[in-house]
Amino acid sequence: MRPNLIGRVAIEKNHGTMSSILVQVIVGGLLLGAVYALFSSGLTLVWGMMNIVNFAHGDFVMLGMYVAFVVWTLFGAGPWAGAPIAALVLATLGVVVYFGLIRDIMKGPMLAQILGTFGLALLLRYSVFWWFGANFLSLPENLVGGTFDIVGLRIQASRLLAGVVALLVTLGLHLLLTRTSLGSKMLAVAEDSTAAQLMGIRPDTMQAIAWAIAAGATGLAGALIATFFYIVPTVGETLGIVAFVTVSLGGFGSVPGALVAGLLIGVIESLSAYLIGAVYKDMVVYSLFLGFLWFRPQGLMGKM
Amino acid sequence: MISKHFLGLLCAAAICVLPADHAFAQEKTVKVGAVFPLSGGSASAGVHAKAAIEVAMDIINNAHPEFGNFPLAKSAGFAGLGGAKVEAVFADNQGSPATGQNQTLRLITEEKVVAITGAYQSGVTLTASAIAEKYGIPFVNGESVAANLTERGFKWFFRVTPVAADFARIFFEFLADMKAAGAKTDNVAIVHDTTEYGTSVASVIASVFKERGQTIALDIAYTSNATDVQSQVLQLKEKKPDVVIMIAYTSDAILYQKTMQSLDYKPPMIIADDSGYSDPSFIKAVGKISQGAFNRSSWSVGPPGSPTALIAEMYKKKSGDDLDDTAARAMQAFFVLCEAIDRAGSTEPAKIQAALKATDLKPDQLMMGYKGVKFDEKGQNMLAAGLIIQLQDGENYVAVWPKASAGKAPVLPYKGW
Repeated sequence: MRPNLIGRVAIEKNHGTMSSILVQVIVGGLLLGAVYALFSSGLTLVWGMMNIVNFAHGDFVMLGMYVAFVVWTLFGAGPWAGAPIAALVLATLGVVVYFGLIRDIMKGPMLAQILGTFGLALLLRYSVFWWFGANFLSLPENLVGGTFDIVGLRIQASRLLAGVVALLVTLGLHLLLTRTSLGSKMLAVAEDSTAAQLMGIRPDTMQAIAWAIAAGATGLAGALIATFFYIVPTVGETLGIVAFVTVSLGGFGSVPGALVAGLLIGVIESLSAYLIGAVYKDMVVYSLFLGFLWFRPQGLMGKM
Repeated sequence: MISKHFLGLLCAAAICVLPADHAFAQEKTVKVGAVFPLSGGSASAGVHAKAAIEVAMDIINNAHPEFGNFPLAKSAGFAGLGGAKVEAVFADNQGSPATGQNQTLRLITEEKVVAITGAYQSGVTLTASAIAEKYGIPFVNGESVAANLTERGFKWFFRVTPVAADFARIFFEFLADMKAAGAKTDNVAIVHDTTEYGTSVASVIASVFKERGQTIALDIAYTSNATDVQSQVLQLKEKKPDVVIMIAYTSDAILYQKTMQSLDYKPPMIIADDSGYSDPSFIKAVGKISQGAFNRSSWSVGPPGSPTALIAEMYKKKSGDDLDDTAARAMQAFFVLCEAIDRAGSTEPAKIQAALKATDLKPDQLMMGYKGVKFDEKGQNMLAAGLIIQLQDGENYVAVWPKASAGKAPVLPYKGW
């Protein structure tokens, strides 16, 4: 009887760690998902509302990461300084890109838009490549308070910060679009630029503001991601695709949709990687994604 | 305008004169072709290999008595050829098998090289060496590890480097030694990506371990360039393997080390299979949180004043970087080829081939940690070996195994951060 009892205790104990690890997987997935949502919110603005596919989006994230890195190397400052500076730099870049490139290619065929932003992506990527080299860079591990335990769960402060900021950015953008006159004007331009112009709204100004906000949010995201990810000129390729999936699952132009979609993708990825195997996680995510769009092509919260 | 034309003419004249001058010098130089990826995605590896071979040329062509017993160093040039100098003719294979083939053909038919070394990627070495075989020119490879290269029945192909199976044996023997010293090594996990490199190395390790009666307890495959590896690390944390073998490129290697730290997971032992874990930017980015990670290498700097330390110093001066395992293996192959040419006392390809077949170099005549260089009938170096290095202080790898070539004793368990 005795050995049997010990065996049972051991099994139960083992079961206990198993389920606590499962909780850790889900929490990890939620934090990952919040990050996905964070770097998708900018894309959902320009893609969902302005109807422009910005292939340089991933490279905007990359630039935000490099700004955070430069701020840290020059001033020794963490994301508290790096993130706002990255948001400002990228917002400025967004306006420049709008007036220098987007405004003109929007008049051209769809193909011009695609190739135009794709060219922009390559320009940004290889400019950084030329300036910083191909080496992998990294910020110190404990720049944002390290890691702490909550009831046996390991929470990385930098990911938690990114998650909280993701919620705030989503809320902020949502309120801006639904509760302010600026937001209404932007939506009006998105819906019918000519009609908006007849109502006395300047489409150019609204579009430029939208680009500034979108790029700024993306830069902010990059600076926060840099606190727990490596930095390399090609990192935008790795992160860019996830943003496109998140936006189309969440629904074009829906900021809260991107948040929910990001969280969903994060949790599904983590769970499938843990339960089935990391190789299959993309397969699981993308087949669920395709299956979902089959029934609801407008995405979770998008309007048709 | 006129002066511009004049300058042009002058340049043209200079170009005309150059080859003539070259032909005059030909009697005293031995031309060896070196095909490497000097542009394209693997340019960094090719450029480093080129710098390494240029250092080797310096050692061979000038008198370096400080190198002691090291072949070809003592006197200037080839003693067996009356002091003739070696000249490496570099060609860019752009990382493409077709270009590698064309460049090899050009080196043989136009540059009249007497032997060839290269070509970094196994796929390029495959095609380049086929041309050398056809023309009966010795091809000595120092860094391509695909098994099939020496399985083609070639008579002119020689490979100095250890291959994946050798490294797997090194891992196994190292673990056996660690077990004898009291470490737990029964439960081994392999984490690898799904690229050609990741899958093939993982399967070779698994089969070599199995032949010796040890099964791999946990195999975690993941897609390269991952955005997140928390689940994989948690899987490891739950299964608690004694040893984790990491096969990862730089991006994923960095992410794994960062994630292990954030999830507070320290396996008792991490052994990395070169690649990402050897990248100098890996060490800069996460070396401080990867203290105690083991890695494989055949290169170690060695004590001050030793030939390897001298080579490391010369290389650093030349390229600005520390000599890495891959460039060092390419350099060793060049030395092996030149030693054979010297011994042959001839630039006739058939005589060089015969000399290569008779090669029997001892460990103290090598810069790499091989047990020697002696080719089997397939052209593979039977004495190729590697050593285990450890990132003890988080900044530099030191050789820790086998004991004969170890600078320090291995430190267990894995310290992390």
